[in-house]
Amino acid sequence: MSGTHGTQTSAGPVLGDTPPEATAATGEAGENAAGIAAVGRVARALMPDTGVISDPTQLRTYECDGLAHYRVTPALVVLPETTEQLAGVVRACAEHGVPFVARGSGTGLSGGALPRADGVLVVTSRMRTIREVRRADQRAVLEPGVINLDVTRAATGEGYYYAPDPSSQQICSIGGNLAENSGGAHCLKYGFTSNHVLGAELVTPQGDVVQLGGLAPDAPGYDLLGTVVGSEGTLGIATTATVRLVRLPEEVRTLLVGFHSTDDAGAATSAIIGSGVLPAAIEMMDALAIEAAEAAVHCNYPEGAGAVLVIELDGPAAEVAHEYAEVERLCAEHGAFEQRLAIDATERALIWKGRKSAFAAVGRISPDYIVQDGVIPRTALPEVLRAIADLSSSSGVRVANVFHAGDGNLHPLVLFDDAKPGAGEAAEQVSGAILDLCITHGGAITGEHGVGVDKAAYMPKMFTDDDLDTMQLVRCAFDPGNISNPGKVFPTPRLCGEVPGKRKHAHPLVEAGLADAF
Amino acid sequence: MTTISLDAARTALSSACGDVTDAGPADAVDGVPATLVTRPRTTAETAGVLQAAAGHGLTVVPRGRGTKLSWGRPPERADLVLDMSRMSAVLDHAAGDLIVHTEAGTLLADVQRTVGSAGQRLSLDESVPGSSVGGALATNTSGPGRLVVGTARDLLLGVTLVRADGVIAKAGGRVVKNVAGYDLGKLVIGSFGTLAVITEAVFRLHPLPAAQRFVTVPFGTAEDAAALVQTMVHAQVVPAAVEVEWRVDGAGTVGVALGGTPAGVEARTAATLQLLGAGAEAADTAPPGWGVLPWRDDADLPEVGLKLTCALSGLAPVLDAARRAAADAGVPLTLRGSGGAGVLYGALAADAPVDAVAAVVERTRTACTAHGGSLVVLEAPAAVQAAVDTWGPVPAIDLMRRVKEQFDPERRLAPGRFVGGI
Repeated sequence: MSGTHGTQTSAGPVLGDTPPEATAATGEAGENAAGIAAVGRVARALMPDTGVISDPTQLRTYECDGLAHYRVTPALVVLPETTEQLAGVVRACAEHGVPFVARGSGTGLSGGALPRADGVLVVTSRMRTIREVRRADQRAVLEPGVINLDVTRAATGEGYYYAPDPSSQQICSIGGNLAENSGGAHCLKYGFTSNHVLGAELVTPQGDVVQLGGLAPDAPGYDLLGTVVGSEGTLGIATTATVRLVRLPEEVRTLLVGFHSTDDAGAATSAIIGSGVLPAAIEMMDALAIEAAEAAVHCNYPEGAGAVLVIELDGPAAEVAHEYAEVERLCAEHGAFEQRLAIDATERALIWKGRKSAFAAVGRISPDYIVQDGVIPRTALPEVLRAIADLSSSSGVRVANVFHAGDGNLHPLVLFDDAKPGAGEAAEQVSGAILDLCITHGGAITGEHGVGVDKAAYMPKMFTDDDLDTMQLVRCAFDPGNISNPGKVFPTPRLCGEVPGKRKHAHPLVEAGLADAF
Repeated sequence: MTTISLDAARTALSSACGDVTDAGPADAVDGVPATLVTRPRTTAETAGVLQAAAGHGLTVVPRGRGTKLSWGRPPERADLVLDMSRMSAVLDHAAGDLIVHTEAGTLLADVQRTVGSAGQRLSLDESVPGSSVGGALATNTSGPGRLVVGTARDLLLGVTLVRADGVIAKAGGRVVKNVAGYDLGKLVIGSFGTLAVITEAVFRLHPLPAAQRFVTVPFGTAEDAAALVQTMVHAQVVPAAVEVEWRVDGAGTVGVALGGTPAGVEARTAATLQLLGAGAEAADTAPPGWGVLPWRDDADLPEVGLKLTCALSGLAPVLDAARRAAADAGVPLTLRGSGGAGVLYGALAADAPVDAVAAVVERTRTACTAHGGSLVVLEAPAAVQAAVDTWGPVPAIDLMRRVKEQFDPERRLAPGRFVGGI
């Protein structure tokens, strides 16, 4: 366990200093030396010297992404400035059978951009031009290294913004968002990255440049774009993205509501959604998360609250006024003891500051912590939160909850002190048990952070071998050589030449009525 | 067909599914006669049928309720029609989670009835009456509501598929937020049954609006229509739909739908009337033809049905090019669709000369393509299908062929119906 003070660590299974699956996922240093050298020569011919890094000390800079527990030094780093340069490097990788991993800003939380020791890291941070803001089309055309928040900054003057807002939006890149199908607090109403990316130029794992989708909707043919978004860099590298811009709302109201318990806050959330009101966001923090946020940013949340909800309503003024009255009434009915409406931008910012700083703030109350990301049906919230509390008290491991309550996307923060023997392992066990809770409640093992290297081992808990095998048919179509971010997402690679197994009957679990074939 | 032993195939199919019959004239797929029809009741039976079909080299054309089987190109062969109409149950409506889990053969209307009882709706407009869930997914139909809630790709959360080799696979899940694994649901949406058979689907639902109103305003030219659409999409009244209709007689209408709370809708209707200016009128019910495809659905004499897409800024030149091309060719043209989303449908008379239709298709397609979009001939008589490029240019077609090759290497699922002869 390499977690240090305030560092987020793995959400995955119990691990020693060297994660057991890391070799299969990340390769051995020194492998492919001839191929790496050949790709390096091609890269140097294509781009300036500063765009190709092979010095060991400099390579170390790229050894991890936002999930710093996993570290692998890449064999070569390239920083292309154009599609042609990037495609040339990928073509060389394909020719020499060298694996490559794409990286945007490196903020991912599942190790999706963890390098290969025997491969090339393709960093898109020098492809950072906002090519076009097309107000009449409500679209923007972006290079992959463009920072998420910069899209909104470029469009605000035209009355528009880019809706997906992961909490890292000040530094995360559009290319990374596309690869991970990133979410954010406001996807409750506006959807995820996949709902907002309408087109992409893709460099395939063979180094071909293809256009998927574009300015117009419903391009004829298979929706390859929809499959590429969220594929975590395993189907190629996007070199441009055409995204939807959303009209700024006429009115926004942000509400901070204090409850005595997470049960009450969860019930209020269900009541709001059930009433037909669709807020832009409903975020929940429990007492421990509030304590951490207060210590870090003094956000002045209601004193003595067992839970708070941050509820944001936006839209036409006439609708927001009605929705606000409805939300206020429902919160009061479900035990809210304090409700505060932000009256100006400063107050709104302070409410959000407490929420958005919560992950980092947990470093104030615990030297180490695991950020978990799981999804449950919203109606199961109170039950699952109680089960998490039970897990916490029976194991003695503290868990702070900060999450997107409106869509049931939990982010339990599992706290521990790595200086204490066994504490890391105990925390990993609680973290894993929380994922099991999500699965048994019909949920998902990740809502927005991705599978990456961290949760590949959990995929068989959610999917059958046949499910995973079928997904990998797509992989084989795009990447028959298995060189595009290999070792991520899937627990075991599929050999693309093999003949799919023919089963004579339905899946045994389905046949026995033990599993739902949905 | 000569290589197939029909009796052996029938026996194998019958052991997988009790309902196997000889096909009749009504089972023909876009003019291609079918040999056998089977109606499985479960995903497991569907898997058994597809295994049997694989074992005997049968081509398989999946059919929901048969309302759009004439779309796209005719299949090269249709040995077996896989009829999903007996898989017609709404399996679970989790109202509190705004989720519905349904079998693929279920009528969209039945899904709406079930979820409507809880004040909810599946925001997938039934643009072809009588559609099943699976058929709507396979052809990616959409209607006016797409402007705000999107299309099938924005609503489908989980899917169960049966592959050509009979293997059952699922992707996605039952929760609104989920990034685990590849999104195979998006891959099969609009795939015309050529990748796998959809047997079950899970969708997110939306609350039914408490109030709804419609505002219409006439227009005379393509530029006027596009200006009205731009006014609405840039406004902050958040219209639920912005539709354009341009009739054969030259009468044009922009239609706007507003949904929400009674007081909110009233205020937004007033704002919309002001934005659209002289001639705008509000009504409580949708204008005639709202959300219905403009071509006449007649099995014996199909009209030509076109789907046009473009970037929003291309709306005026595309409308203009289509009208001019039709006038020059002497063919009456009706245009209708979600102008605010850059999608239009066109209808040409069934008896229009083939050359004239081809000319309209070519000129209009040029305009669509120039503005980032495409033109697809969804529906057409056989003579027209033979004379025009149904799908038009398809970027990334090689990659699509490779996907098909992985999922259905023997090309037995609806061969030839889709882009590039897939």
